[in-house]
Amino acid sequence: MKILVCITHVPDTTSKIQFTENNTKFDKTGVQFIIGPYDDYALARAVELRDQSEGSLTVLNVGEAETEPTLRKALAIGADEAIRINGFPSDSLFVATQIAHYAKEGGYDLILMGRESIDFNGGMVHGMVAEMLGMPSVSPVMKLDLEGDVAKIAREIEGGKEYLEVKLPFVAGCQEPIAEWKIPNMRGIMSARSKPLNVVEPVSDEAATETVGYELPPAKGAVKLIDKDNVEELVNLLQNEAKIL
Amino acid sequence: MSILVYIEHAEGAIKKTSLEAVSYASALGEKEGKEVVAVALGAIEESALAKAGSAGAQKVLHVADKKLNDGVIQAHASAVGQAFEQSGADTLVLAKSSLGDAVAARLSVKLKAGLASNVVALPEENGGYKVRRSIYTGKAFTDTVITTANKILAVKKNAVPLKSDGADAGVEALEVALAESDFAAKITSTDKASDEISLPEADIVVSGGRGMKGPENWSLIEDLAKAMGAATGCSKPVSDSGWRPHHEHVGQTGVKVAPSLYVAVGISGAIQHLAGVNASKYILVINKDPEAPFFKAADYGIVGDAFEILPKLTEAVKAIK
Ligand SMILES: Cc1cc2nc3c(=O)[nH]c(=O)nc-3n(C[C@H](O)[C@H](O)[C@H](O)COP(=O)(O)OP(=O)(O)OC[C@H]3O[C@@H](n4cnc5c(N)ncnc54)[C@H](O)[C@@H]3O)c2cc1C
Repeated sequence: MKILVCITHVPDTTSKIQFTENNTKFDKTGVQFIIGPYDDYALARAVELRDQSEGSLTVLNVGEAETEPTLRKALAIGADEAIRINGFPSDSLFVATQIAHYAKEGGYDLILMGRESIDFNGGMVHGMVAEMLGMPSVSPVMKLDLEGDVAKIAREIEGGKEYLEVKLPFVAGCQEPIAEWKIPNMRGIMSARSKPLNVVEPVSDEAATETVGYELPPAKGAVKLIDKDNVEELVNLLQNEAKIL
Repeated sequence: MSILVYIEHAEGAIKKTSLEAVSYASALGEKEGKEVVAVALGAIEESALAKAGSAGAQKVLHVADKKLNDGVIQAHASAVGQAFEQSGADTLVLAKSSLGDAVAARLSVKLKAGLASNVVALPEENGGYKVRRSIYTGKAFTDTVITTANKILAVKKNAVPLKSDGADAGVEALEVALAESDFAAKITSTDKASDEISLPEADIVVSGGRGMKGPENWSLIEDLAKAMGAATGCSKPVSDSGWRPHHEHVGQTGVKVAPSLYVAVGISGAIQHLAGVNASKYILVINKDPEAPFFKAADYGIVGDAFEILPKLTEAVKAIK
């Protein structure tokens, strides 16, 4: 079993989002970067599947040198080797092109990643990679078990679940509760230092979109507090001010 | 030239998010002088499809093949790609959804189309084709220029007004060629809560958190939801402890909602929960702790015990209905 897990390097979920240079650049000041939370689920399940089958687990990120600590963390969690494709992840097509090109020769049985990144929330890379490789894709995957070369999957749909079967190889966008997140232990952290982290140059600079500026939403006004013994006033506000009920 | 809209349907009706996508396409079509054509896949009544006309579609193409009933991602991408080419479209509009994302991604490669997701406004066309998108889970916006000739726009739910003033659209059958490989991922069964209001599409959501103490108290949430015509949701610890099903969990790692009104009862308002609700038009918070962070994100708030307030509020809502 050869597994490839693609991870994003994104601001921690609690980060305050700010921009600089006249709203053209993300402001990294004070921001902690982490493995994308959905990618963490993919990685956790991949570690379990690799351990069951004694295969190999490669983790890949398309990003510049600053993402290496994030890749090292994935190695500490249990990946066997890491690949960094040395390019700025400017849009989903660029990222997918790099992953697909890298994976084409790899003979991976499973390509896993998060359902979406938590910076641009596109949710597009898994589908693009699968289309480029001519493989099936399934997302968002909340359960993934293997029986021989068939994967049994539960996929989240609006208001429920859909159960699927698909033959390997395929690409999955993962989310909870596919596995419990794994936290690196001391041994993992030590062994991560000696695991290979290879840097590969990007194959092309093809992108189909360009980000030209950012804006923060307008600040929220103050909350209107209503006395707990006067729920009628609240209902009145909902009906006549917010015009909802 | 035309704009093609991929519409999803459930239980015999076009989804509200897809009607929003049609409304968006209709406004875009007016601006660019293009015809708006919708495409629907699988078994659904023509009369139900004609309703896309009211939201602004001039015509609906229907690929009636029953095999397309379930959202087999590859098959849908293949069928919509053929519809795109046959209808002479240069823009594909669809709703951002779990199926929409997966289909749009494949189509972006098939059609060599730049793709913008979470779109919240019509494109600006002076100085490039510039679209505004919501990013950082609703914490910011970005302007993205699409540089390819074909374009795909995945519209964020509740971000554009729903149009419903048109006439019925004409429905035409469309034939597409589907390969066996399009059905490589086989759906074996589905498990769907059918009698409730769908959480991701609901106009009002009433959610409970750990402050509700246990599943036995959920009737208080359900009663208020029923009185308001709302869907019910919950915070992550609530679904983690099995008080509520997983698909009701709202937030960063759960469902993202964008209702007109989000009611949060006994939920502290952790940033990961807020990430799933900050697109709501109005937020009402009921919490006994006046310092609960949720009050900072709220429009209306009541400080007090949910067990005391909920029954009274439910009665007061019923009284005006
Ligand atoms: C990476 C990551 C992702 C996450 N994703 C999500 C997510 O998607 N969704 C999510 O919800 N959480 C998520 N979380 C968890 C999140 O950080 C919080 O732990 C969670 O939202 C807290 O849920 P809660 O508000 O129900 O519970 P608590 O934090 O325990 O809050 C309970 C609230 O109820 C109030 N209360 C208690 N009794 C009463 C009463 N009788 N009447 C009125 N109020 C009362 C209390 O004052 C308190 O504010 C995530 C965390 C991480 C680290």
